[in-house]
Amino acid sequence: MAPILEISKLRKSYGSTEILKDINVSIDKGDFLVLVGPSGCGKSTLLNCIAGLEPITGGSILIDGQDMTHVSPKDRNIAMVFQSYALYPTMSVAKNITFGMKVRGVDQATQDRKLREVAQQLQIEAYLNRRPGQLSGGQRQRVAMGRALVRDPKLFLFDEPLSNLDAKLRVEMRSEIKKLHHRLGASIVYVTHDQIEAMTLATKIVVMKGGVIQQIGTPQEIYNRPANLFVADFMGSPAMNLIPARVRGTQVEIDRPGAAPILLSDPKVAGLPENVILGLRPEDIAEAGYRAGSDVQQAACQIDLVEPAGADTYVVSTLGGKAVTARLHTETRAAPGESLDLAFDLGKVSYFEPDSGRRLN
Amino acid sequence: MTRAASWAILLLGLTYFILPLLGMIEFSLSMRRGEYSFDAYVAVLGDPQFRQTFSYSVMMALLTIVFGMLLVVPTAFWVRLKLPHLRPVIEFITLLPLVIPAIVVVFGYIRLYNTSSWLPLTGSVLGTNLLLMFGYATLSLPYMYRAVDTGLRTIDVTTLTEAAQSLGAGWITILGRIILPNVLVAVLSGAFVTFAIVMGEFTMAALLNRPAFGPYLQLMGANKAYEPFALATIAFIITWACMGLIQLVTRFTKHDKAAR
Repeated sequence: MAPILEISKLRKSYGSTEILKDINVSIDKGDFLVLVGPSGCGKSTLLNCIAGLEPITGGSILIDGQDMTHVSPKDRNIAMVFQSYALYPTMSVAKNITFGMKVRGVDQATQDRKLREVAQQLQIEAYLNRRPGQLSGGQRQRVAMGRALVRDPKLFLFDEPLSNLDAKLRVEMRSEIKKLHHRLGASIVYVTHDQIEAMTLATKIVVMKGGVIQQIGTPQEIYNRPANLFVADFMGSPAMNLIPARVRGTQVEIDRPGAAPILLSDPKVAGLPENVILGLRPEDIAEAGYRAGSDVQQAACQIDLVEPAGADTYVVSTLGGKAVTARLHTETRAAPGESLDLAFDLGKVSYFEPDSGRRLN
Repeated sequence: MTRAASWAILLLGLTYFILPLLGMIEFSLSMRRGEYSFDAYVAVLGDPQFRQTFSYSVMMALLTIVFGMLLVVPTAFWVRLKLPHLRPVIEFITLLPLVIPAIVVVFGYIRLYNTSSWLPLTGSVLGTNLLLMFGYATLSLPYMYRAVDTGLRTIDVTTLTEAAQSLGAGWITILGRIILPNVLVAVLSGAFVTFAIVMGEFTMAALLNRPAFGPYLQLMGANKAYEPFALATIAFIITWACMGLIQLVTRFTKHDKAAR
């Protein structure tokens, strides 16, 4: 089966400024692709290029096997949901939703049927006759999604659709989008700067920085095996601990203040350069005795800070000159200024080259 | 003290504006000796030339409004969407009619489009009417453009356009169904100003020798005693009605905005 969206060698520049460099991505039917990255990384530009709202400088875009590189947006058979909703203020909700069908000359009976279906799906039946101005942010977002849904497009494009909503509503809408994706099996490209949205929604994530793709993979791959320091740092909250370390044969040596360096045995480090960055997620550092396994190794660490966060308690210690966060259970007796035995799960560890940031293992 | 002073200034200003108006209306009503009557108005309204020139000017005003709308809305839209860096230039151009006197424009027209030119518009009635309409559109351009541009400022032109494009709409649909309804109020207020301008315009119509209301006003003023003042009152009422309509329409928008 041909991929539903295939972007190859895409480049985009404004004058001499290159915004997107050599972008290659493809997704299959039913995939949920999330483009994630800090602001200014080019993710929204890439989405606009897919939509045809921005001309591209080089490369090609295929939608369902057809070359859409130079096709006008209206003929690409896509539907886009915008951050600002972009509802038409002078039209009622119903008219907003049916606008796309009307433009395409869909007959009235079909329009009515689809409007009813979508309104029911999104629970907006009660305000079909209202103007967008009379709706709350969440309701407007539903209408904007409804407008895209009735189109039955090949591809849905979402441009940070949740960032104008408050935190609680965002979580709600996030799970609704996920349910919708499951129910419809739609192919979606979704832009966000929120890595939690990316992790929860995506079947495939593209992490971008400075117009360059850093890594493409499933949420698990991105989370567990980040391709470089940027991805490691960007994905996950709290971020992955990135600790400068030295390789000694099959051991890694990490400095700690006021005591001899920690030595951890890990056969994976054999053959790595001497100086590495050791990456370990906060949840892969536990209190000694609470984590078992052949890869788990313990060391006593000085605790600088204890942050109870309800479900977990985060403790911060200084290792290799960096503040390192460990995610402990709530009953921990860790106290600032005291020493605590921490268990490091080296089965989950990532090693990076300090200069290039490239993953080593 | 200050309160009294401000009232005094207000009354002085009102007197300055209203007294001549009252005088004008009073005089227009005194055609019959010794009593007030509407004789002058009856005479004016009964004059076939009045009806002819008035309806001619109304027709021209409506055509000018349609033409101005077709010219200005797409231009302002396009400038906002694709050529924002050209906005100062376009604004300057639309202001030119305020600086260049109508008489200069119309002489330019007559020279450019006379019967021996490559486009002899003044050679036929239709051509001259067309030329007059262009002239009127030029005169109303500063007001029309500003009104529409301000209207466009209140909506997110780029996103609405992109949304419509991605939903499958072409440019005509976008302009007609998305942009125009959103700036309709602005267009209407521009339209009323245009209407008022066209109804009172003298120079262009006179020099192009078209039977418009402005030259008729002048003709009456030169030849009759009471009728010109009745006409002036009528013209004044038209202008005020237009302004009232602008107010009314603007109020509707505000209402609309509050609901939004």
